[in-house]
Amino acid sequence: MEKILSVKNLDITFRTNAGNIHAIRGVDFELPTGKTVALVGESGSGKSVTMKAVVGLLDSNAIINSGEIFYNDVDLLTLTKKDLRRTINGQEIAMVFQDPMTSLDPTMTIGEQIMEGMFLHKKISKSEARQKAIELLKLVGIMEAEKRMKNYPHQLSGGMRQRVVIAIALSCEPKILICDEPTTALDVTIQARILDLINEIQRQMGLSVIYITHDLGVVAKVADFVNVMYAGKVIERGTVEEIFYDPRHPYTWGLLSAMPDLETDDERLYSIPGSPPNLLHEPKGDAFAARNKFAMKIDEKAEPPMFKISETHYAATWLLHPDAPKIELPAELKSRLERARKAAHYDGTTA
Amino acid sequence: MTEPLLKVENLRQHFKISRNFTVKAVNGVSFEIYPGETYGLVGESGSGKTTIGRSIIRLYDPTDGEIIFNRDKISGELSDKIRRRLRKNMQMIFQDPMSSLNPRKKIGDIIGEGLDIHKLYSSQKERGEIIGEILKKVGLSPAHAERYPQQFSGGQRQRVGIARALVMNPKLIIADECISALDVSIQAQVVNLMKDIQSETKCAYLFIAHDLSMVKYISDRIGVLHKGYLVETGTTQEIFTNPAHPYTQSLLSAVPQPNPAVEKKRQLISYDASKIDYEKCTMRQISDSHFVLESGEN
Repeated sequence: MEKILSVKNLDITFRTNAGNIHAIRGVDFELPTGKTVALVGESGSGKSVTMKAVVGLLDSNAIINSGEIFYNDVDLLTLTKKDLRRTINGQEIAMVFQDPMTSLDPTMTIGEQIMEGMFLHKKISKSEARQKAIELLKLVGIMEAEKRMKNYPHQLSGGMRQRVVIAIALSCEPKILICDEPTTALDVTIQARILDLINEIQRQMGLSVIYITHDLGVVAKVADFVNVMYAGKVIERGTVEEIFYDPRHPYTWGLLSAMPDLETDDERLYSIPGSPPNLLHEPKGDAFAARNKFAMKIDEKAEPPMFKISETHYAATWLLHPDAPKIELPAELKSRLERARKAAHYDGTTA
Repeated sequence: MTEPLLKVENLRQHFKISRNFTVKAVNGVSFEIYPGETYGLVGESGSGKTTIGRSIIRLYDPTDGEIIFNRDKISGELSDKIRRRLRKNMQMIFQDPMSSLNPRKKIGDIIGEGLDIHKLYSSQKERGEIIGEILKKVGLSPAHAERYPQQFSGGQRQRVGIARALVMNPKLIIADECISALDVSIQAQVVNLMKDIQSETKCAYLFIAHDLSMVKYISDRIGVLHKGYLVETGTTQEIFTNPAHPYTQSLLSAVPQPNPAVEKKRQLISYDASKIDYEKCTMRQISDSHFVLESGEN
């Protein structure tokens, strides 16, 4: 599979008054051309920071200790911010931000905001740009596009604004679309529609898409591949089927069962105790050990490497070491996974 | 059937914004909550679910309608006696644990405030014991009473919010989106805690949320709100297996499910309410517990 974007061994520290925060501790992930990859994790797991590094939007107190980010054959980390902005951002890689209430400029009409990027990146006449902006608004499902061009953001509902944000992102025909929690601020019914829209556009334009989210419902709907992040690392990666029907990392188990499926009955939810570590103090050994019911002695001493489960499926937990004791899955999780596999006719072989 | 703990009859809550503009947030909503059960209120943003919670606990003065709680009429003017009873027996857990705790007060004093007002202890020693006990119950330690809110994580703060509600030993707790601001792995902890507490103290919950899968998991009965109207109410089973109102159907079709094979094939049911005047609709009974709002014509 061809990869349009690959992040290798990314390591980022933030300098703060309280001390250095080692936010990204060696992240690898890949985006195959035309596919959708999800970065899943809780707040503070480093998913947004990773993506900000890709588009060069890191805050000034961030230090990139090591790593490479290849877009096709260009290492984005070797470009200056100015070059990045001129050649990559917007026209090659575009971003849809979380909150449509704050990511639009309240003093500009939405038409102006959509055309802004085109004037910046392309030699295009005003009437052409206008024509294209109207087409984009139609593409993202906004009725009466010509009239809407003159509207200001406050005249639109939340769902409409997010559609406008998507139209802006698409204005320079990017190859990669990064969606940072694109639907968290929206209602479920609207959320489903926005996701369908992004999906549809992806197919039409042949985009590669990265989703940053904590919502596994969204992941299940859109993703081809999933990277689960915890404390600045990818701790499990696989195809969406592998992650949902055959998860191997105890943290992924906890994430999955924190979202009850519609058949979950009176049984308790399987939950992970404690809360994510504070990266101000570098964790020793496995960062997840303190919350892991199945932690072994080695978890406190050494960080687990990525163990290979299949060509596409990897997880960083000592439980997968050949010498590790076999553990019994928690009952609530076991029945849950069985239900999911049954509903999907998943037989354990990678599709 | 037992007597309802809370009976809301035809509740209306309007907000006058200017001389000629009134927001009609809640319009003629009626439902009951029985002792020890969990009633889930769901709906999109702007549907009035938070307003209902706040009207019931009397953070707002209801425009019209009647609310009976624990045999007291708590709508209209409140007498001091009834107000005290209401404040003790009904408690609220707020959405955002970051902004709902006073940053200048110690955890012990935040939790103890209700005890102080209602004089529910005979000595400082007893006060400390009650607070320590409640902190243990929500999974914190008695030593945490001396700390300030900013020393806690979001999940821990929400536990403090729960402790503050619980310490009064209330009969009804209104939980307004109390897990939506928390991280996913913390949500399961808090929901488990709420369930444990319910089975121990037999308190009832009014669980307000937009996350339908969590509402289904925790609720015994559910009410679906749309534009300030209760469009359907029934047991969780009835709502999820046999939704009668088109809005409920569209809402259910949008519930994200953590299963890729199911999720990728899902069809959305769309619902357009612009032509429907809910004011002209009436509640039709489907079963003992299942009601749906329908226009009289069909």
